[in-house]
Amino acid sequence: MSYILSLTTFLPILGVLLLLLIPRESKSLLRSLALGVTIITFLVSLPIMTGFETNADFQFVENVPWIAAGPFVMRYYLGVDGISLWLVMLTTFIMPIAVLSTWTAVEEKVKEYMICLLLLETGMLGAFLALDLFLFYIFWEVMLIPMYFIIGIWGGKNKIYAAVKFFVYTMAGSVLMLVALIYLYFRGLEAGFTSFSLMQFYSLNLDPQTQTWLFLAFALVFCIKVPMFPLHTWLPDAHTEAPTAGSVILAAILLKMGTYGFVRFAVPIFPDAAYRFTPLIATLAVIGIIYAALVAMVQEDVKKLVAYSSVAHLGFVMLGIFAFNQQGITGGMLQMLNHGISTGALFLIVGFIYERRHTRLITDFGGLSKQMPVFAVIFMIVTLSSIGLPGTNGFVGEFLVLLGAFESELRWYTVIATSGVILSAVYMLWMFQRVMFGELDNPKNQTLKDLNPREIAIMLPLVIMIFFMGVYPNPVIEKMDPAVKKLVSQVKRSNPTAEAPSAMQGLPEGHPVVVAPAASSGNSVIPAGATNTDEAR
Amino acid sequence: MENLNGYLIVSAILFSIGTIGVLTRKNAIVIFMCVELMLNAVNLTFVALSRHLGNLDGQVFVFFVMTVAAAEAAVGLALMIAFYNNRETIDVTDMNSLKW
Amino acid sequence: MFDNVWLIPLFPLIGFLINGLFGKKIKNETVIGGIGAFAVLCSFVVSCMTILRLLSLPIEERLAEVKVFTWITSGNFNADIAFLVDPLSCVMIMVVTGVGFLIHLYSIGYMHGEEGFYRFFAYLNLFMFSMLLLVLGNNLLLMFVGWEGVGLCSYLLIGYYFHKKSAGDAGKKAFVMNRVGDFGFLLGGFALFWYLGASHNVWTIQFTEIAKNSHLLPTGGIVTVITLCFFLGATGKSAQIPLYTWLPDAMEGPTPVSALIHAATMVTAGVYMIARMNFLFIRSPETLMVVAVIGACTALFAATIGTAQYDIKRVLAYSTVSQLGYMFLAMGAGAFAAGIFHLMTHAFFKACLFLGSGAVIHSMHEALHHAHSHDDPQDMRNMGGLKSKMPLTFMTFLLATIAIAGIPGFSGFFSKDEILWQAFSNQHHGSLNYLLWGMGAIAAGLTAFYMFRLVFMTFYGESRITPKAKDHLHESPMIIVFPLLVLAALSVIGGYIGMPKIIGDALGGIPNYFEHYLEPVFRYSEEYLSQHSQHTALHPSHAVEWGLMGLSVLIALAGITVAFTMYVKNRELPSRFTATFPALHRAVYNKWYIDELYDFAIVNPVKAAGRFLWKGFDVVIVDGAVNGVANIVMAFAGVIRYLQSGFIYNYAWTMAFGVVVILGYYLFK
Repeated sequence: MSYILSLTTFLPILGVLLLLLIPRESKSLLRSLALGVTIITFLVSLPIMTGFETNADFQFVENVPWIAAGPFVMRYYLGVDGISLWLVMLTTFIMPIAVLSTWTAVEEKVKEYMICLLLLETGMLGAFLALDLFLFYIFWEVMLIPMYFIIGIWGGKNKIYAAVKFFVYTMAGSVLMLVALIYLYFRGLEAGFTSFSLMQFYSLNLDPQTQTWLFLAFALVFCIKVPMFPLHTWLPDAHTEAPTAGSVILAAILLKMGTYGFVRFAVPIFPDAAYRFTPLIATLAVIGIIYAALVAMVQEDVKKLVAYSSVAHLGFVMLGIFAFNQQGITGGMLQMLNHGISTGALFLIVGFIYERRHTRLITDFGGLSKQMPVFAVIFMIVTLSSIGLPGTNGFVGEFLVLLGAFESELRWYTVIATSGVILSAVYMLWMFQRVMFGELDNPKNQTLKDLNPREIAIMLPLVIMIFFMGVYPNPVIEKMDPAVKKLVSQVKRSNPTAEAPSAMQGLPEGHPVVVAPAASSGNSVIPAGATNTDEAR
Repeated sequence: MENLNGYLIVSAILFSIGTIGVLTRKNAIVIFMCVELMLNAVNLTFVALSRHLGNLDGQVFVFFVMTVAAAEAAVGLALMIAFYNNRETIDVTDMNSLKW
Repeated sequence: MFDNVWLIPLFPLIGFLINGLFGKKIKNETVIGGIGAFAVLCSFVVSCMTILRLLSLPIEERLAEVKVFTWITSGNFNADIAFLVDPLSCVMIMVVTGVGFLIHLYSIGYMHGEEGFYRFFAYLNLFMFSMLLLVLGNNLLLMFVGWEGVGLCSYLLIGYYFHKKSAGDAGKKAFVMNRVGDFGFLLGGFALFWYLGASHNVWTIQFTEIAKNSHLLPTGGIVTVITLCFFLGATGKSAQIPLYTWLPDAMEGPTPVSALIHAATMVTAGVYMIARMNFLFIRSPETLMVVAVIGACTALFAATIGTAQYDIKRVLAYSTVSQLGYMFLAMGAGAFAAGIFHLMTHAFFKACLFLGSGAVIHSMHEALHHAHSHDDPQDMRNMGGLKSKMPLTFMTFLLATIAIAGIPGFSGFFSKDEILWQAFSNQHHGSLNYLLWGMGAIAAGLTAFYMFRLVFMTFYGESRITPKAKDHLHESPMIIVFPLLVLAALSVIGGYIGMPKIIGDALGGIPNYFEHYLEPVFRYSEEYLSQHSQHTALHPSHAVEWGLMGLSVLIALAGITVAFTMYVKNRELPSRFTATFPALHRAVYNKWYIDELYDFAIVNPVKAAGRFLWKGFDVVIVDGAVNGVANIVMAFAGVIRYLQSGFIYNYAWTMAFGVVVILGYYLFK
């Protein structure tokens, strides 16, 4: 058994222990140490990527008994597959950047801050790697607490409100998940299962009624985390109030927990229910895309604008996942990574100007390009990646999501979602224009300094990733492909009608695209009025 | 063991004295002493019943309770000193910041 | 065979990287401009080699695909970075790199001394890269990459003077309107991929594969939907009704940009796209009709606006919109070769016109600058009499104007006449053809009018600036004039490779080389037409064709005469005209208030919706519910918290009381 996953997961905790030994006054040592730990974690995690064999299995598995309390048997069960691999890599990749970004931003309680960040990293890695439902739940909750403190202690003006809102929203969901988890376990016991191991639950054939309720419980918690419209309102507040590193981690990784939860748990364990609820989820996703874009457009606070853009981006992810086909899910997975990179970068950028000007209001800026040319270039690249310009990472994910969704029954949803592409250009470019272009008329902006080497070092890896993922995404896609295939087959197995191509043969030549809006019923893909062949010329 | 009842009665009396003391007295130290009294009443019950049932578990618990009592004494007295330093009183009617 | 074709887009990319990353440190304008221009020159040379090699092949073998690497694979979807070499893409790369190179040269002179010189050349090279990707890409997705890439460069270059709010606004407008088009492009691509895949199990986005399988596609129906989606994309990129309003605003960019992007190359991408997917469009009579009608309407509509503008570049911008309308008219008439031919000739003369106007503006700007005047150097009302000051510019400008006006013997005549003829005689639109021809002919007359109005106002008459400034007017340096000369020469002779058949026959059997050359590209359309043609093609006699040709020439001449009368002979006429029809003039001058209409009907409602959703829905309803729950809990807690007095003995009493009650319950129950 290889211990690399445990090592990666718990290295940050080791770092926490080290940090405890260092006096709180030596801030730079604390920072360097935290940075060192995150970098080492990243380096340690690299072999996971390089050693990962392209197949659908879980790899580097660690499976040992952990707690046995009466009928409850929890195992310490870690493993990585094509789906979690890239999220783990994203986490270890983003963390050093997040730590580096707080070098000068956080001056108070540096020790506690770094400890929180490292604890958070362990929580997130554990949640991505856990293959035991109970272990997952523990890590899930572990993530919550450091984030709560990061927002509540180092946040902005309205931090308490934001922190409590974040906590209560998430807690409300996870309690439901815990109940569902325990119920699921008892159902598992009846079926002869012996632990909380995920693999067993994949093979559990639940009746539709049970699936529905359990799916709803799981979906609720994940929807909150994603966040899906209309459960999104914690996000703008949390993002706006959180310190830069907090926002970066929240956007880049924590939000992925929700979508990851769907891919790993909610969808494969309850495929029938997931399939049945597709119209609902897709509707919410599409509403989220358009709604968040419209709301983002009129924001006055740059950070809030970026936060709302997150809601829109994750709407795309959800749409892709619930297309239940190869392109859609691959696109969704890519979009998760892309969103992590681009939106993480956007929050860093907002952090840079906030540190300089202590304001985030768009109207306080204008004409910064003149004063900060390097910043302007990087900001531009990130903005373009966020609006999904081809050649940047954002495009590949968005395109595959839309393509996959179009091929599935979510055709009409896709049409609406695609118009979100227009809106994203509107709000991002408008913001960019108001911040960077125009006259440099505010005297406070005339003395702004361009990015320093540390800040460039933060952004450079992200910019490189933006282009790499945009130009040559195939290595990433290849590694996740088998796992995605497996997921697709898990859903399809229980829903044979979901095979789009075979069902499509009913479509006569020359008939316009009048596939019945898939919202009406999830199981019929035969186009309404498909018998009308008279129109064919 | 005919005299078990005796032990239990003594224990009950001790416990009642302790309870009434805790509920009625105003001086924190006295309250504290009354709490000790209650704990020792329980100890007495434990020992008596342990002997009566021929089971050592009860006596083990007594050690447990004594440890807790010792710890409680340490922490409690420290708290009281801290409180006295702040308020120059240990009257519990003045201690009402434990709300909301 | 064409293994080195990937070099064509690579050179500008390298140029972009060098200038973009190190341009700021290089500082030396000659080096920066040299790198930029040289990169394009290299591409041009490779393009020449490519087309020569292509021409050396027998006609049926003139098709090659060069794969560089696999870009995206997912399930049955596969997109390569691969290039397609065929007659169509070769024409395009020749035009793009050729005209592009000349404009790069010109820019070295024109942008001299500008802040951010390196930035300009970096963007320009990036544009060349994207544009070449667009025309060379062998699949829909790669074309889309170029498609969006040129949109980005257009955005960057329009907003080049980013400190000006109008420039930033114009850039954004261009990008967003292009995105509206891209929305259509994407949906069209999805629908095509899905339809071919799901119903015929042909999962491909490669042009050649789609073409090969185009017989699987029905006539009309889904193909109409797909092609209309694509056409929406084309209207965005090529500034057609209803998405044309960004192009005139795009004149905020430096003039070489207007010449390169907003006249010669990028805006023609929509035309190229339709030509590339001719086998789809030909299958949908409905779409062809929409394309033709939109094209004709745009040609006419933009021409009317062009007659009343005073900004020299805006006149040219509306002229571009109008000429693009012609190209779409050709596409809609199924005359793909004619459209591409006009694309090419238009690239020559319009680039020449824009560059010429740039030279004029440059000269005016310096003159006004010396005279410390704040007059607008682009306003034709300040110009006049430049003929003697800038003879070379004037000459080239005049030649290009004659070409665009459609005077026989010049390139514009051949291409425009071919389009008008095809609009009249095509087999697709029945009696609608007469209307299409009529609109095109009127637009041609208007074109002649406003172009000569421009020439007369700019170069003829008396100079209208202060005498002091007038002395500073001068001819431009050679690096600016040279591209003008080349382009002017091309606008004169460029038409002879594609002479309409009837003229060729009359001249002793000169074939239409251009059409023959492009034939393999439109093979599938021809096949389809020969099988499915249900309208019998109209075969008007030669007499009709000659007659129509004469008529269109007459109309053009009439336009020129009117312009001459109004702006040279009798100068009071324009002001009398505006005095007589003030409302009409105001409407035309204000571009028929279309921008205002869009603001009113789309922009403002969308903003209002956003504001309502945020302040109304997000804050009041969703957060209201969330905070409401919290408030209810807090209100409840506010009541019961009085139970907590804070006195320990109260708690102890309560506890004792509770114990007694519970014990009592169990003892006495």
